Amino acid sequence: MTESVSRRRAFVTSIALLATVFTVVQYCIATRLLDVYYQINLFMMGINIILAVSLNLISGFTGQLSLGHAGFMAVGAYTSAVMTTKLGYPFPLAVLSGCLAAGIAGILIGIPTLRLKGDYLAIATLGFGEIVRVVLLNIEYVGGAAGLIGIPQLTNWLWLFISVVITVLVVQNLIHSSYGRACLAIRENEVAAEMMGVDTTKYKILAFTVGAFFAGLAGALYAHYFFIIQPGTFSFFRSFDVLVMVVLGGLGSTSGAILAAVFLTMLSAGLQSFPEVRMVIYSVVLIVTMIYRPQGLMGNKEISLRIFRKARGESDGLTRGQEPL
Amino acid sequence: MYEFLQQLVNGISLGSIYALIALGYTMVYGIINLINFAHGDVMMVGAFVGFFSITALGTGVLPAMVIAMVACALLGVVIEKTAYKPLRNSTRIAALITAIGVSLFLEYGTIWLLTPQQRSFPPGTFSEKYYYLFADNLVVSNKDVFVLISSVILMLVLQYIVKRTKTGKAMRAVSQDREAAMLMGIDVDRTISLTFAIGSALAAAAGVMVGIYYNTIDPLMGIVPGLKAFVAAVLGGIGIIPGAMMGGFVMGVLEALVSGYGSSLYRDAVAFAVLIIILLVKPAGIFGKDEGEKV
Repeated sequence: MTESVSRRRAFVTSIALLATVFTVVQYCIATRLLDVYYQINLFMMGINIILAVSLNLISGFTGQLSLGHAGFMAVGAYTSAVMTTKLGYPFPLAVLSGCLAAGIAGILIGIPTLRLKGDYLAIATLGFGEIVRVVLLNIEYVGGAAGLIGIPQLTNWLWLFISVVITVLVVQNLIHSSYGRACLAIRENEVAAEMMGVDTTKYKILAFTVGAFFAGLAGALYAHYFFIIQPGTFSFFRSFDVLVMVVLGGLGSTSGAILAAVFLTMLSAGLQSFPEVRMVIYSVVLIVTMIYRPQGLMGNKEISLRIFRKARGESDGLTRGQEPL
Repeated sequence: MYEFLQQLVNGISLGSIYALIALGYTMVYGIINLINFAHGDVMMVGAFVGFFSITALGTGVLPAMVIAMVACALLGVVIEKTAYKPLRNSTRIAALITAIGVSLFLEYGTIWLLTPQQRSFPPGTFSEKYYYLFADNLVVSNKDVFVLISSVILMLVLQYIVKRTKTGKAMRAVSQDREAAMLMGIDVDRTISLTFAIGSALAAAAGVMVGIYYNTIDPLMGIVPGLKAFVAAVLGGIGIIPGAMMGGFVMGVLEALVSGYGSSLYRDAVAFAVLIIILLVKPAGIFGKDEGEKV
C-alpha cells in the first residue's frame, strides 16, 4: 500500500470520526439528553482544550514557561465582549478581533521579554497577566471589578467544536513544519539552536503569538457562553490551571494536553464543592509528576489513529525518522 | 514636602519587610539557581505560627517571632528535602513548576486546615504609640520603628553569618561552584538545607511583622508580598545579598509613593512594571554584573 493512499485513508477516517462526535453531541444537546450542568462542563472542556493546546505550543514545544496565559485569555474575552455588547458588531467579527488583540498582546509582550531566559520569562509573563487584571479592574467602561455583564450567549456547540478542531490542526501542522522543528530545537538547547542558525527570538515570538491568539479565542468563547466576565476570572490561578493540564498531559504532546484538559475539567467539576481540596490535589499531583516523571505523563508521545493501524501490522511512513526527542 | 516624608516613612517600613523576604529569594537563587515560588507562602506560614503563639500560647511579640522563625526554618528544610532535592539535576522548567506546586500546596493546605477567613491579632498585642514630629506634620508610629530596627538587626546577623562563619563561607563556596565546593570537602546538601533554613526564618520574621503592621493575616497573604520581594531581589541583582536589601527598600518606597500620589489601585501593577523595565534595561540587576552564558 502506498503512503499517499494510507494518508488519504487516515484523513477520511478522522473526518468521519469528527463528524460522528459532532453529530452525536449535537443530537444530545438538541434532545436535552445533556442537561445544563453537563453542557457547562462540556463547554469548559472545549475551552480548556484550546487553552491547554495553545499553551503547550509555548511551554511544551518551544520550552518557554509562560504564566500569563490567563492574561491573553482576558484580552480576547474583553475585546470580543466589548465588540458585541457595547459596539454591536456580529459575533464572528468579535471573535476574530478578540483573537487578533490577544495575538498582538502576545507580540507586544513577547518582543521585550522573550530575550529573557527561563525563570525571568516566567515571572515577566506572570507580571503581564497581573498587569492586565489590574488594568481591567480600573477601567470603568468594562465594569471594573463588577465585570462586564449582559454578554449575549452566542457560543454554541458548532462554534466550540470548530474552534477546538482549528486550534489542534493549526498547532499540529505548525509543529510538523520547519517552524515547529526550530521551536523544538530551541526547547532542546537554545544555545545549540542559535549556533545552527535558528533565529531563536523570531521563533519564540512566533510560538508566543500563535499561543496568545488561541488563548484569545478561548477567552472570546468563554465570554459569550457565561454572560459575564470579571477580571478575577483571569487571575494567576487560571494560568496555573492550564499549566497543570499541559504538564500533566506531557510537555510536548498535543493529545496529552487534550486528555489532561478533559480529565482535569471533569475532576474539578466533581470537586466543585471543595475548591481548596481541588487545589491541594492539583498541587500535589504537580509536584509528584515533576519528581517522578518530569516530561509529563505522556511525554512527547501522541495518541493517534496510527496506533490502531500499527496494531494491524501495517507499515507507517510518517513516524519513521521521528526519533523521540 | 511633609507628605513626601510621610510616604518615605511608610515606604521604609514596608521596604524593610520586602527586603527580609527578598533575602530568602536571593540566597536560594544564589545557591541552587531556583526561584523559590513558595517563599512568600513560607512567610504566610510564619505569620500564622506567630499568630497562634500569641493567641494560643500567650507569648509576647518577640518570642512569637522566634518561634515562627524556628518553625519556618524547619518547614524550609522539609520543603527542600522533599520537593526540590530530587529535582536538583533536572531541567529548570521542572524545578520551577515544582516550586509553583509547593506554593499552591501551602496556600490551599492552610485554607483547608484553617478556613480562608482573615484573622486579626488581638488588641493590645502591640500597644501602638505615635510620635508627632515637625509640628505634627509627620507621624511615626512605634510599629514603623519596631519593623525597621528588627529587620536591620536580622540583616546584620545575616551579614555576620555569611561573611564571618564557616557555614557562611561554605554557602558562598557552594554558590560559586558546587562541584568544586564538594571536592573541597564541603557538605553541599547540608549547606543547601541551611540556606533554606536561614531564608525561611527571615521570611517568618517578615511574616510576623506583616501581621503586626497590617494587623490582619490570611492564607493568601503571601502571594503579593512574595512576588514584590522577588521583584526586589531581581532589582538589586538576584543572588547578591546587599542587592536584595537595597531592592527591598527601593520597592517599598516606590510603592508608598505610588499609592500616596497616584492611585492605590495601581500599586500592585507598579511592581511588575518595574520588573519588566529592569529586565529590559539591566537584566542582571543594579548590583549585578553582566556575564555571558557559559556553554
